[in-house]
This record gives sequence, C-alpha cells and structure tokens, in this order.
Amino acid sequence: MTGPRYTPLRDRHEALGAAFTDFGGWMMPVRYSSDLAEHHAVRRAAGLFDISHMAEFAVEGADADVFLDYALAGRVSAMAVGKAKYSLVLAESGGIVDDVIVYRLGEHRYLVIANAGNREAVAGALTERVADFRGADAVRDVSVADVSDAFALIAVQGPAARGILEALDDIADLDRPLTDLPYYAAAQGRFGQWPLLVARTGYTGEDGFELLVPAEAAGDLWDGLLAAGSPHGLVPAGLAARDTLRLEAGMPLYGHELSLDVVPAQAGLGRVVAADKQDFVGRSGLGAVVAGDAPVLVGLIGEGRRAGRAGYEVFDGDRRVGEITSGALSPTLGHPIAMAYVAPPAAEPGTTLTIDVRGTRLPVTVTALPFYRRAH
Amino acid sequence: MADLTTLHYTAEHEWIAVDGDVATIGITDYAAQQLGDVVFVELPSPGSTVTAGQVCGEIESTKSVGELYAPASGEVLEVNDDVVADPSVVNADAFGAGWLIKLRIDGASLGDTLDRAGYVALTGGDV
Repeated sequence: MTGPRYTPLRDRHEALGAAFTDFGGWMMPVRYSSDLAEHHAVRRAAGLFDISHMAEFAVEGADADVFLDYALAGRVSAMAVGKAKYSLVLAESGGIVDDVIVYRLGEHRYLVIANAGNREAVAGALTERVADFRGADAVRDVSVADVSDAFALIAVQGPAARGILEALDDIADLDRPLTDLPYYAAAQGRFGQWPLLVARTGYTGEDGFELLVPAEAAGDLWDGLLAAGSPHGLVPAGLAARDTLRLEAGMPLYGHELSLDVVPAQAGLGRVVAADKQDFVGRSGLGAVVAGDAPVLVGLIGEGRRAGRAGYEVFDGDRRVGEITSGALSPTLGHPIAMAYVAPPAAEPGTTLTIDVRGTRLPVTVTALPFYRRAH
Repeated sequence: MADLTTLHYTAEHEWIAVDGDVATIGITDYAAQQLGDVVFVELPSPGSTVTAGQVCGEIESTKSVGELYAPASGEVLEVNDDVVADPSVVNADAFGAGWLIKLRIDGASLGDTLDRAGYVALTGGDV
C-alpha cells in the first residue's frame, strides 16, 4: 500500500489554507473556508473544484464504438462526436462497478471518466472486456489506456461559470464556441500551449464546465480561472460543498447510492441502460432481479434541522423498510434531505415514514428526486 | 475569548473553564474546524443532571455528527440558547460566545483533563 496521493494542485490547495481529507486514497481539499459559504457560492455565483483525482481512460480504435457498446450499459455508438454521455460499468450480475461519463472526442476516439476510488475496478473491467471482445485472434481494433496520471481535471460550477470561462484569455482555438455548447457536450481547443477539453458537465446541479488539461498545465489553469473568476464571485470549493450540492441535485455517489449490490433500475438509472442493445456485460444479470421487490432509491424530506445520515434506518410504522444512503441539512433549502433505499410499497412520493436518528424517530416524507433544480 | 492557558481540555475536544463550582463547557476551535460548519446543536435541559463521560448533547455539521461528552458530573445550570438559535457561533467563536453549557460541579469531580500544552500536543499542534 502506498501513501496518500495528491493531485498536481496540492501546492495551490495548501496555499489557500485548505483542510484535506482522504477520499479514495487521495488527499483532497474538503474545504477552504466554510462548507456553507462554498456551497452557496456555487448556487449563487461559481465554485472552483479540483477533481483531478478522477480516473481517465482513453479508448481508441476502429472498433472502439462497438467495444464500448459491449463494455458499458449505454449505447455509446449512437452519440455524435463532441457529445458526452452518462453511463455505467456493470458487473455480469447487473450490479454497478462504477458510473462514468463517456466523451466522444473523434470518430474512433473516446474518453471515459471514472471515480477515483474505482480506478482499479474500471481498469480491470475494461482490460478484461477488451480481451473478450477482441477474441482469440485479436481481430478487432480497440485499445484501452489508463491516462489518469497524465491529466488534471478542474470544474467551474455555478451560474457565473460561462462568464468566467469567457474571461479567461488563454483559452483559444475552441472547435465550437462556449455559447453554443449544449449541456453534456464538449469542445476541444487549447489552454495556452496545452491541449484543452472543455465539457459542459458537472456534479452540482448548476450550469458549469469541466476542463481537462495535461497535469503540467493544472497549476496555470487553476490560477487563471481563479483570477478570471474572482470578480464574478468564484471561490475554490472542497469536497464537503461538492457533497451537499450533489445531494440536493439528487445525483448518486458511488459507495453510497451505487454499488455492486444495486442494479441500475433500483437507483432510478434504468434509462441509462440500453436494454435493446444486442449484447453487453451485465445484460443477463439485469433480467435476474425481481422487479417490484428490490429496494428503490427515493428522496426523503424532513423537518427542523436535524438530518438523517448514511446508514440510518427508515421505518413505516414499526416496520423497517429501508436505509439512508446520504443525508444532510440542505444548505439551499434549509431543511433536512436524504436519499434512501426503501421497499417499493414505501416508495410512493408523499408517503410519510420515519427515520431513526440516533434513537429518536423523526418524520420524513418521500419525494421524487432531485430536491433542487436550477431555474433555467 | 477566555485565556486559553487557564482552560482544561478533554481528549474529546471539549474545553472547560472552572470558576468555583461552576464549569463552563464548549468545544475547541480545532473540533469546530474539523466538524465544518455547525448547523445544529442539541444541549441538555437546564436542571437536568449529566454524568461524566456520558454523551449529553450533539453537534451536527453539514458533513457529520459530533457528540458532546460531559467532562464532569453535575447539574446543568444554563445552556447557551444563542448557539441553539444560531449554531454558526460555534465556528465563529468556539472559546467565547460559542460556549455550550454551564454545570454546577464538585471541583474534585473534574477527572482526567489536559492542560493547554497537553491538548496542543494531542492535536499535533494544529489548534
């Protein structure tokens, strides 16, 4: 076991006085000033996130699209060049190995972004699936490379994000203007002398961008964004704010809402699976899960200020019907929110349940996700 | 803010200011920083009795839940209603306006506590 890892932006975080926390083996900034201030900045102006701990895989070759259709749950081949897609790596059992974002960078060139803690699992799955896909005589043309260490990923999230990127002079030669970039699409260009990918994606429920550059360029990009963004209210934001933001936006987090023990439909991700595809890893397992019986992911809204947390039990009367996977006092909404897996009879929005908060039963109401949706 | 060198400290990151038989208790600035923004505080009722080493309250941040341990046994004389109403005071002034409860204690009942130097050593100097 090696020691904790740091991103190329470690010195920036230290200079900003960040508190660090271990996340998937990485020492990441949990906050710079205040969790709440950083959360509110993202909702009202913009936040700057170092997400360089995430893993990147380059998938290339004439058969890359057919391969990804086989290796992932979604139909990647149907995506136009320059688009991004949320997808899942499934186990044979239908359980979730990881949730990923796939970018189609060229006709035969893709980038798969995976969670930091699942880098090895995804690398293993893709490598194994490449071998199976190629067959004994390696007739199909596809390669998978773990390029995580070569790149840094920085996110600018919030209503001011576009203005901030437009104020950054060093962005040049974009193959499409930021103003025309739809949600879940990406532009390629340069940051100074470096190659740059700008994607209109994120994990906060706000408009925003994720910027991929070579690791060597990370410091300059971070500094440039902070300088361009400060007049717009941009502040660096840590994992604590990222977690409350994604919870409000109803976005699942691997290890909490997603795991090998959960199939996509349970997590409300049935739409991510292209069930009409000919063959893909996990397809046979999905059919084995009894519909209507397995717990499903719901939102819970509470009263007061005391929040249910991951692991707390959910009850319908005296009957235990589920467990919370993530919970917090919502900084934006002002009341407690949680995501939980509950038995289907208890999952109807409007149902009143209780949660056990360290020995005290508190009432909660089942609600559809997300809790927060930005105004368009 | 109290003179930090006159305070007693616990390994659970509470501070105790003793004045005669009255102990004022709070959590340290280090603990408040570790918790993150405090958003909910539950304290024992005035008039109730707390037992040394037992949980007597809760301090929640956006991220996590911390428990308040009674560093001594005694009767709760007063709780800080300002902190209950606005828990962010704990982050803003942990050693002052962010105090939590006042206990009437038997001076001898204050068990093993740390002095300032001992507490600073416990937190690796990061207070």
